[in-house]
Amino acid sequence: MRTSNTVGRYGEDLAARYLSTHGFAVLERNWRCELGEIDIVAREGDTLVVCEVKTRRGLNYGSPAESITYRKLATLRKLAGRWLQTHELRPAEIRIDIISVLFDRNTPPSVDHVRGAS
Amino acid sequence: MTLAQTWSVALVGLEGHLVEVEADIAQGLPKTTLIGLPDTSLSEARDRVRAAVVNSGERFPDRKVTIGLSPATLPKTGSHYDVAIALSLLTAAGAVDPGVLRRTAIIGELGLDGRIREVRGALAMTLAAARAGFDRIVVPDLNVGEARLVPGIEVYGARSLRQVLALLRGTEIPDEAPPRAEPRLVSESLIRVPGVDLDDVIGQREGRRAIEAAAAGGHHLFLHGPPGSGKTMLAERLAGLMPDLSTDDSLEVSAVHSLAGLLTNDAELVLRPPFIAPHHTASLASLVGGGSGMLRPGAISCAHRGVLFIDEAPEMHPLTLDTLRQPLESGFVEIHRAVAVAKFPARFMLVLAANPCPCGLSGTREGICSCSPQHLARYRQRISGPIKDRLDIQRQILPAARTAAEGEPPESTATVAARVQAARDRQLHRYRDTAWTLNSEIPGPVLRRDHPLDKASQRLLEDHYTAGRLTARGFDRVVRLTWTLADLAGLPAPTVEQTHEAFQLRSGEPLTPLSDHRPLKGPTQ
Repeated sequence: MRTSNTVGRYGEDLAARYLSTHGFAVLERNWRCELGEIDIVAREGDTLVVCEVKTRRGLNYGSPAESITYRKLATLRKLAGRWLQTHELRPAEIRIDIISVLFDRNTPPSVDHVRGAS
Repeated sequence: MTLAQTWSVALVGLEGHLVEVEADIAQGLPKTTLIGLPDTSLSEARDRVRAAVVNSGERFPDRKVTIGLSPATLPKTGSHYDVAIALSLLTAAGAVDPGVLRRTAIIGELGLDGRIREVRGALAMTLAAARAGFDRIVVPDLNVGEARLVPGIEVYGARSLRQVLALLRGTEIPDEAPPRAEPRLVSESLIRVPGVDLDDVIGQREGRRAIEAAAAGGHHLFLHGPPGSGKTMLAERLAGLMPDLSTDDSLEVSAVHSLAGLLTNDAELVLRPPFIAPHHTASLASLVGGGSGMLRPGAISCAHRGVLFIDEAPEMHPLTLDTLRQPLESGFVEIHRAVAVAKFPARFMLVLAANPCPCGLSGTREGICSCSPQHLARYRQRISGPIKDRLDIQRQILPAARTAAEGEPPESTATVAARVQAARDRQLHRYRDTAWTLNSEIPGPVLRRDHPLDKASQRLLEDHYTAGRLTARGFDRVVRLTWTLADLAGLPAPTVEQTHEAFQLRSGEPLTPLSDHRPLKGPTQ
């Protein structure tokens, strides 16, 4: 478990850095409630972006983004609603993004940002 | 580049329609959708293409991929869109320069490892692409032979997706192991004109005359006689008497054979009239064509411009045999299915062979027929009147042992074929201003109006007609056959002698000179 936690944590750090260098304001990380966890909550202009970060160490089991199921998306949607209930922010749009981080041997880690996953 | 298109070809019957294969890569979770009325074999393209792209060392886009085949209303079937889909996708992903695929059609099925497998109907598809003004076509390596037969289009053969990509990128084309040809679903003996010569046939003066006349005018033929008398032998030699196919016919016949899967890889155009001999147990769909999804031509279309030989015709199901009536008249067959309507050419020469009765001995001198009258009647009724009426020439073939003593050494195929060619040239010249080329194709009214018979001939035929020995349709058919006999004799117009022989050939009477002729009493048919 420890390995995957470390890898996952490092992936999320990379994703957050990627977002801030691409014009996003990172509002919150690892926000939890009884429904689950949002990896990154960010803002791009008037849009609230709920970000799921998926990190993998190889493509043997498919790309990281492929592992996001319909069920996971539904959970993220519920989480986005819950987040809004508990915060004072009223964005014009809400979007769910997926950031897949890939650590492949011998190459620098790559970040792939899918805008609007649902 | 997130949007790209390539072109492929959909076949409805023999007719090809160009299909635009678009690929769109959009933001969204990885998912591939294929739209545009695909059937199951085409829906599976999604998975084949994905595996083939990855196994060819390319990246499959991690996004929402939509592949659209348009026109969307045309039902599409088959696996030959795979390569076009893969290239459209890779172009949209930016892996291929979009400029290089302009005016290029692409056909081919992909294996999971990226190999390109052969497809059916490549000839018709290439024809469609050439007619639509495409400059190039990419086809599976095994289909290059037939695709090259089409003039006016550059053909590229490829064994794998890797090779196509290298070709498009201008890099060195990698070597691939030669593909294994798909097993044929039809035996090759079906399509080859048997390499046999007419001089193998001893005697059979009347039988020879019958197939010569049939070949010269394109007349349908009925041969009956006891088993082993040489009916099959004669029928097999019929196609050899016919002249080579014209360029247009040859391309058309080749396209049908390509769709039926009859062409081999080293395919050349089908230059000789095909000889197709389905067994009498043939199903209806195999004879006239059909199938769900991709409509296939049947035996009658494979025999287009050639010979369809049905041995033991009374053993065939009467309903099956009767389906030949309409194509016999029109020269094509239209196959209607819920998905599409396909029209296949089917201008063939029908040759039926039959025993005289179930035991095979009726009408011979050697044996005594053991069939009951009811048996006999039922057997003869199995070839229906309408079909019999369309058979211009009926001949009884008796065993050679009895007829061999007739003398003269047998003529070879080459000798007779030369006479047939001359007779056909005469017809071509006579009908040069019409849409027809053969005596058997001319409509009765046109023939009677433009090329009337002489008085004596007309009187002879009217006698037969009034006596009930000739039906109205039979009348026209005898006139056509009369012209064929005159063409064979090199006469500018038939005389009463040809008319007499034509009537005898049709009615099945033994051939006798006109001077011996005493009108028979009562109807003979």
